[in-house]
Amino acid sequence: MANIIEPTIFELSSPGRRGVKMPASDVPVTALPPKDLLRSELPLPELAEVDVVRHYMKLSKFNYSVDDGFYPLGSCTMKYNPKINEDTCRLPGFLFTHPLQPIETVQGNLALMFEMQEWLKEISGFAGVTLQPAAGAHGEFTGVLMMAAYHKLRGDTKRTKMLIPDAAHGTNPASVGMLGMQVVTIPSDDRGNVDLEKLKAACDDTVVGMMLTNPNTLGMFDENIEKVVNMVKDCGGLMYGDGANLNALLGIVRPGDLGFDVMHFNLHKTFSVPHGGGGPGSGPVGVSQRLVDFLPSPLIGIVEEGDADTAPLYGFVSPKNTIGRMKAFHGHFGGGLVRSYTYIAMHGPDGLKDISQYAVLNANYLQARLRDTYHIPYDRICMHEFVMEGRFEGSDIRALDISKRLMDYNFHPPTNYFPLIVSEALMIEPTETENKDTLDRFADALIKIAEEAKTQPELLHNAPSTTQFGRMDEVKAARELVLCCWLPENYEQMT
Amino acid sequence: MTTPSNLKYTKSDEWFDPATGAVGITDYAQGQLSDIVFIEILVDEGEEVTVGKAIASVESVKASSEIYAPAAGKVSAVNKALTEKPETLNSDPYGEAWMIKIEGGAAGEVMDAAGYEKYCEGRAH
Repeated sequence: MANIIEPTIFELSSPGRRGVKMPASDVPVTALPPKDLLRSELPLPELAEVDVVRHYMKLSKFNYSVDDGFYPLGSCTMKYNPKINEDTCRLPGFLFTHPLQPIETVQGNLALMFEMQEWLKEISGFAGVTLQPAAGAHGEFTGVLMMAAYHKLRGDTKRTKMLIPDAAHGTNPASVGMLGMQVVTIPSDDRGNVDLEKLKAACDDTVVGMMLTNPNTLGMFDENIEKVVNMVKDCGGLMYGDGANLNALLGIVRPGDLGFDVMHFNLHKTFSVPHGGGGPGSGPVGVSQRLVDFLPSPLIGIVEEGDADTAPLYGFVSPKNTIGRMKAFHGHFGGGLVRSYTYIAMHGPDGLKDISQYAVLNANYLQARLRDTYHIPYDRICMHEFVMEGRFEGSDIRALDISKRLMDYNFHPPTNYFPLIVSEALMIEPTETENKDTLDRFADALIKIAEEAKTQPELLHNAPSTTQFGRMDEVKAARELVLCCWLPENYEQMT
Repeated sequence: MTTPSNLKYTKSDEWFDPATGAVGITDYAQGQLSDIVFIEILVDEGEEVTVGKAIASVESVKASSEIYAPAAGKVSAVNKALTEKPETLNSDPYGEAWMIKIEGGAAGEVMDAAGYEKYCEGRAH
């Protein structure tokens, strides 16, 4: 099996091969749009159904997923996704509805969305929630738009700067940049907290607010969180919480209670939606009382109160100073909201608290087992993840070599080279769904790899050696990028 | 790690040649970034820059990073050839891989070679 290269689906194509035989058309022929709107070729692959199935079946066997094994990709919360989510999101009542149906015919969907808004408010301590954003970064953009709208409505137009710690996810400055705001980077201190002196110096009347991930990407809960929030608020700024790491806080800390004004949830991380292949994400945003009037429109609301005998009528409502619609229709309903709703309902309040407590316990257990072997630059009780250095004194082994070697032990590597403030960073997030046996096997593998780094470094340099393909040439892939296997005929004019 | 003694250095790992006005990234920086695969220079010849303005964006297989002007003044030259061969940022950071030249301006907060070496050692957290 090894080294058999599966061709691309385009290479497997053969002219005239097809999956289904179409009957003769029984509708009248109509004129085509003007010729200059049409292209003369559309080189779609031509294959029989069995060829397509076998092709994708082979590719799927090359894959590694959370259903295959441990997947400790830091900050991604690759928890196991319960299969009951797949049943509920395929219930015909959810599956076969259309967002343009009259509301009277989709009351079940709307009730689920209304309840989801309420649950997320309760979990986060916020006054209002929108379910629209497609994923985390879209949620960030939505949140920052609301912050801008808040200042604008008050006539406070001097505010153009967003404070962002150096440990932040790269999406934070990107979201801010999309609005033309300036990013001011705030360094972290020796304990992995926001540097209060630097923050103080940056706080003035030009500050829109601060975007803070807490716990941050080092897996550290900011020990001065109340001071940080107060400093930003004292200069008139708003606090944005990046909810990427909410898996550490469920049922324990509510960002709204800490004084945050806005936060996006990553339903696909915290509330279990499969997201290894790039989607679907779901990034609802919660806001404090100060920002509820700016939420995107529409929200799900009760348009006619019910009583003891009749259920209320759910429908759409629009906040007073809404920033408008952020997405066609109402967010990722089946893929994101129904799965997450199921997950929250299956756990209940106590179960949600268990999730965070076990996520934190698992991360601390791994950190404790690896502390003597790997250098942990910010070494204190961590939350749901921690960051260690993938390098050894007097050795040329790097984090990448360790990660590749982990693949030989049949583990998905942790996140590499992030956060940027730790050199040769390996960012490990085990999540609550792993048992002690798995954590021990993973720690044993990493300890063995550290030994191999000393005695047989070539094992690391040449890794992985047990996978379908060996070490990929990442430099060549980045420098000689090929994004498609055919070029449109007018490619020259397009570039 | 090399740090030529005729150059000045910033905390954000740019070097500045007071004699020629040339600017680039240090050997330490290229080592941290590892294989650099992309560079875009963000300023044009004739443009005025202030200290701390983003003048280039560099991407490696590990990370992407902004490069900031270590001195204020007028951009007198841009190394246009560099975008075609970003790998020279790894192989020759102080020579072929200069990014821009800044004319007639004052340097911001910079260190000499000894100071920069000490600063880099201190960062091995």
